[in-house]
Amino acid sequence: MTIAQLYIPVAVLFGISIFFALLLPILSKILGPNRPGGRKGEAYESGIVAVGNAQKRLPVKFYRIAILFILFDIDIIFLFPYAIAMKKLGLFGLWSMLIFVVIFVLGDIWVWKRGVLEWE
Amino acid sequence: MQFVEPTLNLSVILPIIILTFSTLLLMFVDFWVPDERKDITGWLSLFPLGGALTATFFQWDTIKGAFNSSVLQDNFSTYLSILYLITGMLSVLISIGYIRKRGHGRSEYYFLMLFSLVGMMLMGMANDLLIVFLALELLSIPLYIMSGFDRTDLNSEESALKYFLLGAFSSGFLVFGIALIYGAVGSTALPDIAEGIATSGTVGLAGIAMLLVGFMFKVGTVPFHMWTPDVYQGAPTSVTAFMSVGAKVAGFAALMRVLISSMGSMDEKWIPALAVIAAATMIVGNIAALTQTNIKRLLAYSSIAHAGYILMAVTASTKSDDGVGAALFYMMTYMFTNLGAFAAVMAMERFSGNKQLDLDDYKGMGKHNFAFAIVMMLLMFSLTGIPLTGGFVGKFYVFKTALEADLVWLVIIAALTSVVSAFYYMRVVFNMFMFDGEIDMPTVPNALKLVMAVAAIATLVLGVLPADWYTIAQNALMTTGG
Amino acid sequence: MGHPIVFLILATVAVFAAIGMLTSRNAVHSALYLVLNFCTVAVFYLVLNAPFISMVQITVYAGAIVVLFLFVIMLLGADQLPKASSNGGLQYILAIFATAGLATALILQLSGFGDGTAKPESALDASPEAIGTLLFQDYVFPFEITSLILLVAMMSLIVFKAQKRKKQDG
Repeated sequence: MTIAQLYIPVAVLFGISIFFALLLPILSKILGPNRPGGRKGEAYESGIVAVGNAQKRLPVKFYRIAILFILFDIDIIFLFPYAIAMKKLGLFGLWSMLIFVVIFVLGDIWVWKRGVLEWE
Repeated sequence: MQFVEPTLNLSVILPIIILTFSTLLLMFVDFWVPDERKDITGWLSLFPLGGALTATFFQWDTIKGAFNSSVLQDNFSTYLSILYLITGMLSVLISIGYIRKRGHGRSEYYFLMLFSLVGMMLMGMANDLLIVFLALELLSIPLYIMSGFDRTDLNSEESALKYFLLGAFSSGFLVFGIALIYGAVGSTALPDIAEGIATSGTVGLAGIAMLLVGFMFKVGTVPFHMWTPDVYQGAPTSVTAFMSVGAKVAGFAALMRVLISSMGSMDEKWIPALAVIAAATMIVGNIAALTQTNIKRLLAYSSIAHAGYILMAVTASTKSDDGVGAALFYMMTYMFTNLGAFAAVMAMERFSGNKQLDLDDYKGMGKHNFAFAIVMMLLMFSLTGIPLTGGFVGKFYVFKTALEADLVWLVIIAALTSVVSAFYYMRVVFNMFMFDGEIDMPTVPNALKLVMAVAAIATLVLGVLPADWYTIAQNALMTTGG
Repeated sequence: MGHPIVFLILATVAVFAAIGMLTSRNAVHSALYLVLNFCTVAVFYLVLNAPFISMVQITVYAGAIVVLFLFVIMLLGADQLPKASSNGGLQYILAIFATAGLATALILQLSGFGDGTAKPESALDASPEAIGTLLFQDYVFPFEITSLILLVAMMSLIVFKAQKRKKQDG
């Protein structure tokens, strides 16, 4: 059995979740009553008629979060193989991982204390 | 798969450990430094550098490998580490007042510089392409940030963006080259590559070519030099000084280690390529510098030209015994001279604020501040390569080693372009002494004076009594394993 | 290597996703094509017995990197690209030649008809456990350098910090 075959259950699960995700909206579309037109398409009584495009430019502060996200992602990537081989790696692995994580966390603390994460 | 603990040999990376962890400590000490007195952090950052420098001095003449020989400590790496650390100290000194004056007052500047130095030191020690790549990133990422430090200045922003995009692009070439070499040889360790590269065929060659492209981008040689003038001009001048020396020397360090210790057997393939690039670099760098009026742009083109001379020594290094020594000696003179020259630019710049300095601003300097003008003249002489300065001796040894390697045509081009370079360097000197003009120069702060004095003295010492220093550079030999 | 049919289907999807990414005039669509491409490549890795790389591909590339792309697109409000001006044919021709040359060299080398002899071991154990062991055995130093690079990258966040207006200094 190759490694790829080990992942067949994952693929099946993936397929099932996609199937259900598609199934429910389609079912409600088909089965539900559907009478469009008239005032139903308009904004609600006291609402204001929409103007312009829904896609607005985001402020740059969101990008900080995105960068933090990618950094943590990479951190996790390294934690993952360590977690699996942890027993074998013993104290040496623990210390190596600790140094890695401590340096990373020091960066987090520094960035936090410098007020980069403040949301004004 | 069985796990075997690697042998650590932490003494090999001791300077790096000291530098890294004391910088981390400093980052937190900095929280107690009030915002308006961030100069203190600058002065404190001399301690990590000093500690690492002391540790490095003790490493001289010991050869050792660590982490399965993926990092090496030999005289080559020790010599280069000392160069970087001195560069770092001088750069911190010239930065302190400058950063405050320009209203940044932000201490992360120093941390970024120190981490960049860690990357540079690793570049000299790397004996594995993987480490080369990581060290290159560690050295570049802080530089990208630092070159955009002047946030209110559009030039600085442009500089950071250009440097970042082209730097990332060139890293891509480097990684692709490493991947191809790994595909052809089956390892990223330089000793393994040395064994397998000769029989690796076209893919190995393509890998070498890509690797060279990546390195040439970093050191800024023609035709990969396009970013240099804009980046050097836009970045804060203290950053320009730091990267024009540090990043360039580090790029050459890794290039030499990779080419000589792992691809020496392929030298008939890469010598012609490097020779042509060196010739093009010397010609384009020097001729383009002729038309510059902005002093930072002029020094940018001059640094391109100097990369050409260093590359000439690298080209000769497999055929001539003195190639590496000549390149290393040249780097030492280049370091002192260039840092001094940029310090001189900064001394003038303070009152001009954001305004870019032109060559004409130096008119009348000889009458206004004679000592400053003399030091500037000395540095310009050294960059040109006029006898009794370090620059002359550096060029002399580079020419000599290239002649030993039968690269006569290259030496002729180098000599001719040196003559061309005299025109633009001498324009600065003429402007200072032959013309009258209004000089609006501030009192030069002591740190800058110190750096300029160190640069001038080092240039003179290297020029008048080069023998001992050259012997040290010659002894900075590369080894292949520990 | 898995079944050839799996490969063919995936390869077709991957190539069309790549073409779609390049030709789509809507930047958000391009990013989504990129996700599709990354996902197919992830399955390639899985088929090649490299589940760890496959996971990295999904979490880092299809996850984080594409998020960054989308953020940049939205930050700049650049979801609709103008018609690109052509840079002339020479660039394309050179690019095609370079790609074809490299492809030929790679194909020859990997299929054993090339001029090279050395090759990486073909039956590497690429399970996450083996990677973990190797990471801490041979590559523990590069691993620690990575943490420094991450630290430096994190410090770059300070660039995005909303700054107080620069004081007028003398």
